[in-house]
Amino acid sequence: MSVDALTVNGLQKSFGNNHVLRGVDLSLAPGTVTVLMGANGAGKSTLVKVICGQHAVDGGTLSLMDQPFAPTDAADAIRQGVVTVHQSIDDGVIPDLDVANNLMLDRLVDPRHGLFVRERALRAEAAKVAAAMGIEVDLRKRVSDLNVADRQMIAIARAMARAPKVLILDEPTSSLSATEADRLFALIDRLRAQGVAILYISHRMSDIRRIADRIIVMRDGAISGAFNSKPLDYEAAVTAMLGHQMTDVDVAVQRGISPVLQLADLRLHTLAAPINMTVCGGEVVAIVGLLGSGKSKLAEVLFGLSQPTDGSITINGQRYEPKSVEDAIKNGVFMSPKDRGANAVIPAFDIADNMTLPFLKTLSVGSFVTAQKQRSRTREMISRLGIVCQSPSDGIGTLSGGNQQKVMIGRWLMEPAKVLLLDEPFQGVDIGARRDIGRHIRSTAAGRATVAFMAEIDEALEIADRIIVLHESAVAGEHANQDIDLAALVADISGSVAAPTGAQT
Amino acid sequence: MSDRLLDFAIRYGFLILLVGLIVYFSAAAPGFFGPLSAAFVLQSVAITGILALGVTCTLVVGGFDLSIGAVATSALMLSAYSMVILEHPALVAVILCLCMGALVGLINGLLIVKFRVPDLLATLGMMFLLIGLQRIPTQGNSIATGMTLTDGSVAEGTFSASFLWLGRHRIDLFIERLLPMPVVIFISIALVIWLFLGFTRHGRLMYAIGSNERAAGLVGTPVNRYKITAYMISGVTASIGGILLAARLGRGDIASGNNLLLDSVAAALIGFAVLGAARPNAFGTAIGALFVGILLQGMTMMNAPYYTQDFVKGAVLVAALVFTFYLSSRRSGAGH
Repeated sequence: MSVDALTVNGLQKSFGNNHVLRGVDLSLAPGTVTVLMGANGAGKSTLVKVICGQHAVDGGTLSLMDQPFAPTDAADAIRQGVVTVHQSIDDGVIPDLDVANNLMLDRLVDPRHGLFVRERALRAEAAKVAAAMGIEVDLRKRVSDLNVADRQMIAIARAMARAPKVLILDEPTSSLSATEADRLFALIDRLRAQGVAILYISHRMSDIRRIADRIIVMRDGAISGAFNSKPLDYEAAVTAMLGHQMTDVDVAVQRGISPVLQLADLRLHTLAAPINMTVCGGEVVAIVGLLGSGKSKLAEVLFGLSQPTDGSITINGQRYEPKSVEDAIKNGVFMSPKDRGANAVIPAFDIADNMTLPFLKTLSVGSFVTAQKQRSRTREMISRLGIVCQSPSDGIGTLSGGNQQKVMIGRWLMEPAKVLLLDEPFQGVDIGARRDIGRHIRSTAAGRATVAFMAEIDEALEIADRIIVLHESAVAGEHANQDIDLAALVADISGSVAAPTGAQT
Repeated sequence: MSDRLLDFAIRYGFLILLVGLIVYFSAAAPGFFGPLSAAFVLQSVAITGILALGVTCTLVVGGFDLSIGAVATSALMLSAYSMVILEHPALVAVILCLCMGALVGLINGLLIVKFRVPDLLATLGMMFLLIGLQRIPTQGNSIATGMTLTDGSVAEGTFSASFLWLGRHRIDLFIERLLPMPVVIFISIALVIWLFLGFTRHGRLMYAIGSNERAAGLVGTPVNRYKITAYMISGVTASIGGILLAARLGRGDIASGNNLLLDSVAAALIGFAVLGAARPNAFGTAIGALFVGILLQGMTMMNAPYYTQDFVKGAVLVAALVFTFYLSSRRSGAGH
């Protein structure tokens, strides 16, 4: 057995009170692809940033080829042979320069390079690197004119030009098409054969099946599962990633009375299987699935942000074809979006203005906002949801994440909805606020169809009457939230039923 | 304790400074304190103030309008062209100018919203275009009654009395013929914009767009429509400024209005500091314009040379910006 390329021992990292990494142990062997899985917030990105020198460690040790490894910054990590290709590719390439310059960028940064660029030598060198990596694009093309996959190849090729010992790829396929991803996998196979230790971060099952030699699973800042020998147990990996210790929330399952929201043969994109589902009034349905399962796309379609390629949606029997958000809201379809910082919070506003934003019209006389009505309605919602604050005129930024999310959800409870969509309603929310929000959504569910889009099983178990699993833009399973068969649910999520060939790599 | 002091300084610092300035000039420069002097200050800031109120609307939606100065001078030339050369009555000239302003605002808005041109660049381009355009009909000459046209004839039209009334009439208030019309118009526009931005739901939604455009869109705000509206308001107010300038000058002077853009942008930015708003607001903009006017008037009466004026304006602007951004960032930093 050869020396491990990278070993991580008891790694600790905190940001303020937030203990992100709680003693992570990890080792990467040369010539193997280790897949790192974990849900959002599990600590994957932090782990990567520590390894690639962007964050200093709080505790624990790193070693590279049996030598202590303590990079002072990202450049130092690269010098020592740990190279990272980050999730957003555009951080890794300079779009306005051509391919050759991008490949040779490190050479240009080198202070020994001299003042003037020797164009011919640079191109010759770049051609060599490109050939070694199997890149077949015109070296004179600007990177901004290339597609995502080619850009990614270039970022990786540049990384490989340094002959690294460890290569970290952070969700490299998140914006690639299937054929583009195949080219990436071919490149990874080649690098594996060259003896590079590869850490591959992803939660796309199809990628993982294709390239994983080992799987390491993170959850809540610690390793929750390691699968070292083939055949790899993908279902167990997903279980370790999502966790499903039963929560102590009792859901009194409602059957729902009459259908409100109905999807008939809805296709999210041209190649997807048609989706059929019905959500009844008074019912809370959770739609779960991994990243890329079509959850977000379905939410967007229902809220008028994008159009389905085929099929129809009806609400209370009426055809519903939203062309815009305004359209959706007019039809009584409200959505609390995921990632509230980017999509929901108005940082310059106080609680009252944030809360009442969608329905200012009903709080206005003529066009003038009646501040008094606005405050009293806000105060009412503050007490209903148990938002911890001084007054409705507190700035939204002074609230904790959980309380901010309560404001964002409360915003859409101000008026009765026909269909309420909640995209990751528990994202960045502490457990107390999560219970409050869940309880309130369930207690107000009568009279509307509620659909929650979530990645985590235990969140879904806490809020839903029924769980519908999406996998590759199709319904993979449906479970009433009563004596639920968790193994079957996890199998649906990981797609092992839909794709039985996945067991071999 | 020091937190509360800081808070107080951020809120009232600028207004206290303004009062201090008035007290100082009143003591140091005889004749500074009085209705006539006040009317003079107001008149000196009325037109820049009107332009600044328009640019405030574009700042609210997170944009910027560099074309306001050029819109104002275009309105100046257009009104002169319309009355002197085309011999239109005053009403037609005014309506033409307002429509021109609205159209320029619409084009700015469409460039930004539909063609995705960044706001600074779109309005910079528009500024250039208008500066050039306004010179073409008269081959780069100023317009005045009696000028010779290209076909050899003489321009017979005149600025009508009712048009000049807009710029030159003074309303009796305490003293006979005290308050000039442009000041009345400035104050009225300030009131309307203040009510619109601060108290209507449209204003609220525009602030929401400026703060987080995506979030505003996801609650159903027609973001593009509001942005275009903001640029149209800016265009119309700028054309009103140009009309008043023409009415005051009484001729289509090609060289006037050079400083309008910078002065009005400065007033709007100084307005960020008023009452610790740290964001564009109509009241602040009006106070910002007044602040500059009072400072310049006082200095002039104390015999400071005219060529120091721009330097003083710049210094006030930089101070106000530091005040806004540095102090408020410290305050919000202390909040956590």
